[in-house]
Amino acid sequence: MVALTVDVMTEDDRSADGEGSSRRPRRRPRVWRAVVLVVVGLYFLVPFYAALRFSLQDTQGHFSWGAFRSIPSQQGFSEAFGLSIRLAVVTTLITLALMVPTAVYVHLRVPRLRRLFDGVTILPIVIPPVVLIVGVLEVAPTQLKSTPYLLALVYAVLAMPFAYRSLDAGLQAIDLKTLVEASRSLGGRWPITLWRVVLPNLRAALLSATVLTVALVLGEFTMASLDQYQTFPVWVVAFDQDDAHVSTAVSLLALVVTWVLLLGIASLDRRQFRRSRTRTG
Amino acid sequence: MTLSVDTSARKDRVTAHDEPPGKGATVELIDLHRRFGATRALDGLSLTIAPGEFIALLGPSGCGKTTALRVLAGFETLDRGKVLVDGQDVSAVPAQRRDMGMVFQSYSLFPNMNAVDNVAFGLRMRGRRGPDRRARATALLDTVGLADEAAKYPHQMSGGQQQRVALARALAIEPRVLLLDEPLSALDAKVRVQLREQIRALQTRLHITTVFVTHDQEEALSMADRVSVMRNGRIEQIDSPAMLYSNPATPFVAEFVGTMNRVPGHLERSGVAVMGMVVPVRGGVHGPPGTTVDVLVRPEQLMLTPAERGEAIVMTKTFLGSITRVGVLLGSEVAVQVDQTSTEAAQLELGASVELRVTATEVMVAEPWSGQIDRTIPTLASGPP
Amino acid sequence: MRALVGVVPFSLYTFVFLGIPTLAIVIGAFQRPSGGFTFDNIRIASSGVYRTGFETSVELAVLTSVVPGIVGLLVAYVIRTSRGEALRRIVSTASGVFANFGGVPLAFLFIATLGTTGIATRWLNSLGLNPYSHGFSLYTFVGVSIVYMYFQIPLMVLVITPALGGLRPAWREAASNLGARSWQYWRHIGGPVLAPSVLGAVLLLFGSALSAYATAQTLTSGSIALTPIQIGSFLNGNVIAGQQNVGKALGLGLIVIIAVVMVFYGILQRRASRWLR
Repeated sequence: MVALTVDVMTEDDRSADGEGSSRRPRRRPRVWRAVVLVVVGLYFLVPFYAALRFSLQDTQGHFSWGAFRSIPSQQGFSEAFGLSIRLAVVTTLITLALMVPTAVYVHLRVPRLRRLFDGVTILPIVIPPVVLIVGVLEVAPTQLKSTPYLLALVYAVLAMPFAYRSLDAGLQAIDLKTLVEASRSLGGRWPITLWRVVLPNLRAALLSATVLTVALVLGEFTMASLDQYQTFPVWVVAFDQDDAHVSTAVSLLALVVTWVLLLGIASLDRRQFRRSRTRTG
Repeated sequence: MTLSVDTSARKDRVTAHDEPPGKGATVELIDLHRRFGATRALDGLSLTIAPGEFIALLGPSGCGKTTALRVLAGFETLDRGKVLVDGQDVSAVPAQRRDMGMVFQSYSLFPNMNAVDNVAFGLRMRGRRGPDRRARATALLDTVGLADEAAKYPHQMSGGQQQRVALARALAIEPRVLLLDEPLSALDAKVRVQLREQIRALQTRLHITTVFVTHDQEEALSMADRVSVMRNGRIEQIDSPAMLYSNPATPFVAEFVGTMNRVPGHLERSGVAVMGMVVPVRGGVHGPPGTTVDVLVRPEQLMLTPAERGEAIVMTKTFLGSITRVGVLLGSEVAVQVDQTSTEAAQLELGASVELRVTATEVMVAEPWSGQIDRTIPTLASGPP
Repeated sequence: MRALVGVVPFSLYTFVFLGIPTLAIVIGAFQRPSGGFTFDNIRIASSGVYRTGFETSVELAVLTSVVPGIVGLLVAYVIRTSRGEALRRIVSTASGVFANFGGVPLAFLFIATLGTTGIATRWLNSLGLNPYSHGFSLYTFVGVSIVYMYFQIPLMVLVITPALGGLRPAWREAASNLGARSWQYWRHIGGPVLAPSVLGAVLLLFGSALSAYATAQTLTSGSIALTPIQIGSFLNGNVIAGQQNVGKALGLGLIVIIAVVMVFYGILQRRASRWLR
């Protein structure tokens, strides 16, 4: 499953705003338009409704909040959730520590490599996670295999494309070269420049990259299950045997939380984009 | 049947030959009204264009000039008013049947077709056969000097080349009216000037009624038969370039066309008192003596002479060739531009004190401008420039 | 050359955690479990149940890239040309979110909808059209395809919307000005210009569907022959002796297919970006 980043949405906004001035008389039938939207809308909303109903039932089929309320106390939940959170934190740290300097460096020193980089970050998409985990388990030393943090190390690779694209978009928007040159010419040395000039301006991109990485880790099932560690998604599937209502409730919750997080970055992105546009406009 | 327009040639050297004269249609815009939400883009615009005439719609952004053009083309509807072409009401005719050729501001060439196919597109829509339309397209490309680029794609061409292809494309269908929506704005200065001449030459030869929208007054004045200066959805004045320059009807037109100075003065019974003299006011004095007004006077209508204790100080000199534009600070705040011959100006030193005199026989006056003071000429306090 | 120093950490990391495992797979695909070069794994991987797996996977990927491709294109177009700013914003963010929906939660959502006791199933039943008695099952090929659409359609919308935005209004107007009607514009300009982007997007969807694991696993637990599932089963230990490396051969097969698809995607992207600048 390939997930695309939120920066694609801001591009959409850009072009949408650009052609807002052409208000042509719309003479084509609205009927088919409405039909398409309604049918597609139903397809997307009905499963939500179904899951909501199902999760609000208990095993006898009566209405109950029980499924939701009992989530934290279910067996294995806190361990699995805790593990996922720990993995998410580690993965995010690794990813950012790796990608931020690299992205900044590439932007500044070797802009020609940027094309190549776009290609490299597509690589994890070409190597499906299910295949990658086979290879990883093959070559990993036993010490690594005995810790779940091996997953974090590999998750960083999966997160690379999304992190890179967020950072790339952010760097492009702030005209990195000029900022850095201004800072250097005013006497700022590299560490200060990075800390006080570059990073603050990348806040939205960093946040975006973080959220995407966290969402990825919290939702990653394939590699975790095959590596036989019970992370959160793995627990959800396993628990389905015990009580499907709870699993469904948890899934719903996970979806809603992801949604809120992504909406959050979307609005952040849009605000930062609008700001930088008026700055250069 | 070619005309190779030498890009360095002046327009009066273009010779006519075997292309049959194009159809020049009469265009009438009658009391056009159009609102976008709360904005009145067109507020009672009326205009009649004679066959073969080249009209420029000139004005600041938001004045409605582009809206007027798009209404004429059929891309915008009207709230009120009529558009007549050769006497026929075309308001209900959809854009694709209006038989007008339009050149857009930029990037309007179809990216998936080369130059010839782009130019031939209109002919294709009209059912002309392949070899036939390709021949005509190639001929037109030759006319705009791009015969060698016929097989190139838009992304392989420069901005100027693209616009020339766009022009050829619009002309291919032998339109009744040629519409140009700021076609030169996106181009380099030098290319702009070259294309200006080409467009005008072609238009003259083909005798096509043309409407040209621009915000650049130099463009409008140098190309058009008549220029219509627009503001807030209406025409302030429509006249030949010379008349607009020498006889502006309103202060807005006076300042929009050419450079215009604003100098504070006050009304007297027989004229306006400014720079120590009383000058007659065009249209007579309308107001009690003593009223503060701004006097509008062009750089070439002023004269300066070095004086020991003149009321003005030379701040800047801009060499423009045979003329030098001298920026002068009058009093402590008023910046005035004066045109001197370069030989005279060369003798002036920055910081020298001079006396200003109005040499025009009459001037326009306007309400004192309540906007920000123009500080483009630095004051003495900031040190020598 | 020295400028490349800064890229070393990243390259190293990628090499260690992506490159080496991939190499291990590629090499392992040609090795006997006891060591030594062999084509056996490849042979086994391309026949019998594994061959079926590849075929089914590709069929699934084609179905769930072409259909969502068309639907996604329609939705993106309808959204783009609608006047409601709110609608556009909703669909835009919704697409971003839905495209990211993980396999596990999604599977549960659909089980609640179209499972044997799902809401939609029961509703259809009440209308007298029980799909399960007509051979449908959420846990088969058709069912899995329906679920895949849930993240494929938004993915298509996300990918194709910028391309649609690249269609300049000036082209539409110029075409109209030159006498073209709506269908003529699409046939001569709109269609050809969009084609590389649409094709590229469909290819991207194909790659995405082909490598999907979690959804199918949660739904079917291996009851359908799908290559990713089969690869996974090699890690779970029920492997025939001597065939331990067949899983790697399967992996190699997947990688090759997707790599080829991605190459074409890259070519199409480059063509598209030339025109849709």
